[in-house]
Amino acid sequence: VTTGAAELLALSVREAGRRLAAREVSSRELVEASLGRIAATDGKVGAFLRTTPERARAAAEAADARAAKRERRSELDGVPVAVKDLFATKGAETTAGSRILEGFRPPYDATVVERLEAAGAVLVGKLNMDEFAMGSSNENSGYGPCRNPYDLLRTPGGSSGGSAAAVAARQVAATLGTDTGGSIRLPASFCGVVGLKPTYGRVSRYGVVAFASSLDQVGPLARDVADVALLLRTIAGRDLRDMTSSSRPVDDYLASLEEGARGLRIGVPREWFGGGLEPGVEEIVRRALGLYEKLGAKLVEISLPHSRYGIAAYYLIAPAEASSNLARYDGVRFGVRAADTRGLKEAYAETRERGFGAEVKRRIMLGTYALSAGYYDAYYLRAQKVRTLIRRDFDEAFRACDVVAGPVAPTVAFRLGERTADPLEMYLADIFTITCNLAALPGLSVPCGVHASTSMPVGLQLVGRPFDEATLLRAARAVEREVGPLPPPGAV
Amino acid sequence: MTLSLDEVRRIAALARLKLTPDEERTFALQLSAILDHVRQLEELDVSAVEPMTHALADVPGLRPDDVHESLAPEEALANAPAREGTWFKVPRIIE
Repeated sequence: VTTGAAELLALSVREAGRRLAAREVSSRELVEASLGRIAATDGKVGAFLRTTPERARAAAEAADARAAKRERRSELDGVPVAVKDLFATKGAETTAGSRILEGFRPPYDATVVERLEAAGAVLVGKLNMDEFAMGSSNENSGYGPCRNPYDLLRTPGGSSGGSAAAVAARQVAATLGTDTGGSIRLPASFCGVVGLKPTYGRVSRYGVVAFASSLDQVGPLARDVADVALLLRTIAGRDLRDMTSSSRPVDDYLASLEEGARGLRIGVPREWFGGGLEPGVEEIVRRALGLYEKLGAKLVEISLPHSRYGIAAYYLIAPAEASSNLARYDGVRFGVRAADTRGLKEAYAETRERGFGAEVKRRIMLGTYALSAGYYDAYYLRAQKVRTLIRRDFDEAFRACDVVAGPVAPTVAFRLGERTADPLEMYLADIFTITCNLAALPGLSVPCGVHASTSMPVGLQLVGRPFDEATLLRAARAVEREVGPLPPPGAV
Repeated sequence: MTLSLDEVRRIAALARLKLTPDEERTFALQLSAILDHVRQLEELDVSAVEPMTHALADVPGLRPDDVHESLAPEEALANAPAREGTWFKVPRIIE
């Protein structure tokens, strides 16, 4: 029996894994379907910066050989996946979306790539993103924008725009992204897929190009909650090469997934429903909250009084850390160096001027200013104290509730070019996601409906207690079961 | 405007960025607007608040200081824009 490519592309990771185990399909067939779909659609979408067909075909062949001997390594063995171009892939170009890293071939794999491949997953390519993960629309990519599969005139969100668009466009069933201020949850919401930012420390950052090291976290995106749970279980856990990775045991997130919402206390922060939230988005999010009551959960009004300071604190802390992390791009050890310069200092400055895009320079400037002599206490230190206040808000809230729920973003996906002139307006897309990073908590976006006037997807954001991804995923699954799958994107 | 052109030039020099005159003007405006926005943090009394210096409550601690295999010189040098022998080669330092 031959299965049509369209059917293979619609499979979840788990269902593809089951068919591989039953030998109803081969990894080679799945990989060819995926590469074919990318070739046919990515001219429009722009989710991939490049595919890795040789690596993929070799891995698929090995996976098929294991399946033939009944030696599959995991449910993921033989399933095609893709990762944001922020993850180091040994010998395969890794640019972080920046021209300054054009041609860079890392000498090692990121831990998460290593863990996915050790589980047998097949890497088919590297995904588009905002340069160095700085952006909310994928328009800051040094290699051209990515577009939303639901409407090609709209952005997929950012910075993990390619990671969300590839899943929505059925190019692959699952991807990895990173989230520093909303970079997984925002694109997941805009593209109608599930995206999880784990607790800070749950997943290793080794081999992930650093943006803001106290906020960056790796997470999965997929078309359903159970696939996200499966991927998280695969990549999570202590890594001796990342000092900030936690040694807490990794839960079996799939085991408790179907336990439903009964008995859960869902906290609804009043600050997230104030001005700025577009009424059409609010309507869908409120309806999703209503589903929880129907399912036997209890809605509790909570307050996160320092939420409104999130953007301000973030835009001091993240650029400060970025200005330090990005000092390494000096054209000496890797990447592109400006030619014909006089002396080392000029080589540094010319290399960085030509290699970095506008948003990256803006943030380096902002961070350098915030850390410079005489300003450190007024800006960076004060922001770190406000970060404590934001975390305390959540600690207080979690005495009254088990999960915090609300919108992911104030609007549906906006149009390309709509916000590029005003950086501050772009930053406000992250107003509801950013406090979760500052507080180091796990958060996710699960599709909860389609916006009435634009037909664009809307996500529900859930934020959980530290390391309680299990409850978060269970609560997301309860809503997903009620809402059902969104209509597939019409533009590809 | 919060940030003068001179300050923009001073920060750019600290950050090892060689901005064009256009970028200097644009950044002066944009960074001023962002700094005006972040100034709202001054509303808060944080005198008795500890800064959040670690994202994790329980920092796992250091790994044992054992010898591990690391990159071979050829691997470490493979991406260098310029090299000589087993060194990274840079432009003249003394001008």
